[in-house]
Amino acid sequence: MSDLDTKPASNTPEGAQVNPSNSKAAAWFSHVIADLGKNGIFVALIVVVVLFSFLTDGILLRPQNISNLIVQNGYILVLAVGMVMVIIAGHIDLSVGSVAAFVGAVSGVFAVTWGLPWWLSIILSLLVGALVGVWQGFWIAFVGIPAFIVTLAGMLIFRGLALVVLGNANIGSFPGEYRALGNGFLTDVFGEFELDPLTLGVAALAIIALIVQQVRTRRGRAAYGQEVEPLVWFVGKLVLITVGIGMFAYALASYKGIPVTLIVLAVLILVYGIIMNRSVFGRHIYAIGGNLHAAELSGVKTRNVTFWLFVNMGVLAALAGLIFTARLNLAGPKAGDGFELEAISAAFIGGAAVQGGVGTIGGAIIGGLIIGVLNNGMSIMGIGIEWQQAVKGLVLLLAVAFDVYNKRRSGGR
Amino acid sequence: MTTNILEMRGITKTFPGVKALQDVTLNVARGEVHAICGENGAGKSTLMKVLSGVYPHGTYTGDIVFEDEVVEFKDIRDSEAKGIVIIHQELALSPYLSIAENIFLNNEQRGALGLIDWNKTNTEAVKLLARVGLRENPTTKIMDIGVGKQQLVEIAKALSKRVKLLILDEPTAALNDEDSDHLLNLMLHLKGQGITSIIISHKLNEIKKVSDAVTVIRDGKAIETIDKVDVTEDRIIKDMVGRDLEHRYPDHTPNIGEEILRVEDWTAHHPQDPTRVMVDNVNLNVRRGEIVGIAGLMGAGRTEFAMSLFGRTYGSRITGKVFKAGKEIKTRTVTEAIDNGIAYATEDRKTYGLNLIEDIKRNISMASLGKLVKGGLVDDNEEFKVANEYRTSMNIKAPTVLAKTGKLSGGNQQKVVLSKWIYSNPDVLILDEPTRGIDVGAKYEIYAIINALAAQGKGVIVISSELPELIGICDRIYTLSEGRITGEFPIDDATPETLIKHMTMEKAR
Repeated sequence: MSDLDTKPASNTPEGAQVNPSNSKAAAWFSHVIADLGKNGIFVALIVVVVLFSFLTDGILLRPQNISNLIVQNGYILVLAVGMVMVIIAGHIDLSVGSVAAFVGAVSGVFAVTWGLPWWLSIILSLLVGALVGVWQGFWIAFVGIPAFIVTLAGMLIFRGLALVVLGNANIGSFPGEYRALGNGFLTDVFGEFELDPLTLGVAALAIIALIVQQVRTRRGRAAYGQEVEPLVWFVGKLVLITVGIGMFAYALASYKGIPVTLIVLAVLILVYGIIMNRSVFGRHIYAIGGNLHAAELSGVKTRNVTFWLFVNMGVLAALAGLIFTARLNLAGPKAGDGFELEAISAAFIGGAAVQGGVGTIGGAIIGGLIIGVLNNGMSIMGIGIEWQQAVKGLVLLLAVAFDVYNKRRSGGR
Repeated sequence: MTTNILEMRGITKTFPGVKALQDVTLNVARGEVHAICGENGAGKSTLMKVLSGVYPHGTYTGDIVFEDEVVEFKDIRDSEAKGIVIIHQELALSPYLSIAENIFLNNEQRGALGLIDWNKTNTEAVKLLARVGLRENPTTKIMDIGVGKQQLVEIAKALSKRVKLLILDEPTAALNDEDSDHLLNLMLHLKGQGITSIIISHKLNEIKKVSDAVTVIRDGKAIETIDKVDVTEDRIIKDMVGRDLEHRYPDHTPNIGEEILRVEDWTAHHPQDPTRVMVDNVNLNVRRGEIVGIAGLMGAGRTEFAMSLFGRTYGSRITGKVFKAGKEIKTRTVTEAIDNGIAYATEDRKTYGLNLIEDIKRNISMASLGKLVKGGLVDDNEEFKVANEYRTSMNIKAPTVLAKTGKLSGGNQQKVVLSKWIYSNPDVLILDEPTRGIDVGAKYEIYAIINALAAQGKGVIVISSELPELIGICDRIYTLSEGRITGEFPIDDATPETLIKHMTMEKAR
């Protein structure tokens, strides 16, 4: 008890063997079950995909449709990334749809009305998004007005400003490079083939990178005496993921190749995944959502974190606005209508907690994909927009109810 | 007809993987005050939840006999209908409702047309308040009265339900000595009116004061029931921990060095009402290797002092100077305070100290994430290693550092909080009520940790309302009253009597 140095000499983590089960198979099985439970949302996505590929006679999984799925839902997924971070910190952002519309309109002024170069228009538009974030972040973080109110106000303010900028008209016909953000494929750049070699190459690289990263993580953990999953399951999962990526890449390659939107998304998921898991900023977001007071008293600059969180959300909302505008090749007053609700749904379906402190980028993306598959599948089946709405609402409710039930069951006493 | 109002016979309650109660038998005589002691996690609360129907009949085995009748409660309403009322540690009052409204919540005094009869509500409330010795306007909101009075309102509420058996779960844990005394006297008074009570408590002196019999529970088993005449603190402690605790405080040989922290003329005002002085011109110092106590009643400004010092997390219009090892430092933000080697472990760990939905590992690293950053990213393997080292060295009882802190017992939670601050490598630690709500065995461990910190040459300030604890572990004690330092005592001069006298010393008016 006397040894209270910051670095005690002992290095024998007893916690390494949590489950000393004599039956190896049972341990293996329990691990798989636990893993499936933890990744229930992933299983849910697979179930939804399988269900709709039956209901649509396989149309859902056609190469063109898979490609469309990504492109059509790209902007929602971009918003979901920012939204889940906001929700983890215990806030909410209702303004993202209006901000997306506003930035779309402003970018129309930059790129079309003023004729600025496409890249400058994009940079300026993202800056406008950041400024919107500064505005909202200021009120929330430094004045202390609840995010619900500030962003509800923002929802009205920026919808109004979007109309002001558009002057009751659409701005249209954007430059080709700008449009690529929502419509483009990498093959457009490198030429066209029957089965796009670039797509397959990128997929192969991604698979290799994933395997290397997973093996390194596993080795690192083992070296520190942490528990690692059984080797068979580890390899099995990697094989499953490899097959999944392979099939996905094959579908893309046999259509038009890699959509630009997918590249943007992949970069966002990677970068924000690392930020949330491994950076001090990300850790502080979880700490604030988990217990604001404790975070504050541990030296977390809670106001600064909240402020930057909303600046970040502003930039991502701007990006979503750009992708949407690029896809329609039109900045209109109705753009972004209801985006905030889809992004919030994605975050909650993906396991984020209403009270904050819980959630993942990956979960939100999968949540967004579930919504996307529902939209897409029901559209193919010819189900009207009114029923689509109702079904999506029900899925959101059931997903969160399932989560609550799960937590209560594992809550113990 | 027995003299027992309650007999719990052979109660066994299991949770998945854990036997929380094993064949526990508890007999409570009519009209007595019966104390239940045990370490945290021993099963006291589980037993009371079985009794009050929180765990309904069928989820446990064994019989409950209340007033010579076998009872099978389906929920807490069933038990209340029979006159068993439990008052939990966390009070179940609505802060924005009045005293009277709270007393008659879900038992509203109705008049014509089934509408609430406010005259009756308030008059009845006044009668009930008189029975618990509380003179307050029944229309006062709960949020405007102190915790001690809130506790009394809870008891008045129980009386309104014609309580026969009153169960109090650690009723004095959040009360100062004066309010505690009042409450304990009230229990004796109610006993005179024929109300039987069960009190769950860690505080051995108060158990000795009020109870007619003491049942000690350890590891889900009833160890023994001791009659009033045979009750001694040592016997209870022995039963609770299963071993003799020769000393309740570990040996501490002070090795005091240079002054490490000095606070001069520290004054802070109330955050909402800047005209109210909460900390009044406080001067104090701590030396290396020294354990300094701050003794004060609740509301004396102890926490207010510590928090205003620690990054101005409390108060307004804060003035004064802080010197570390003779050099003036600023502690305007928490980060600045931490960087200057000051750590503050809060009084209320659940609300202010821990992220309960996060694991042990991330709680320990919270205040010093910067240390774990490699190449811009947090090295989570290193984090795991560090956390594991603390789990071993601080004896945090958890299967792994990936366990959520919300699932730990109070003592283990406190060890996580201390680990967090020790990892930030401070020179001065301010520990606010470090052993509140912690069982005897874990308290001893916390004291040992405090000693070890002092032995490493750190300065430790312990804020506590338990005088024996301060006298047991400190080298020097300051008394605080109405925000002012009213005395300073080397440990050899510190007796409970002199300390109390100075803790209650009022300002000359």
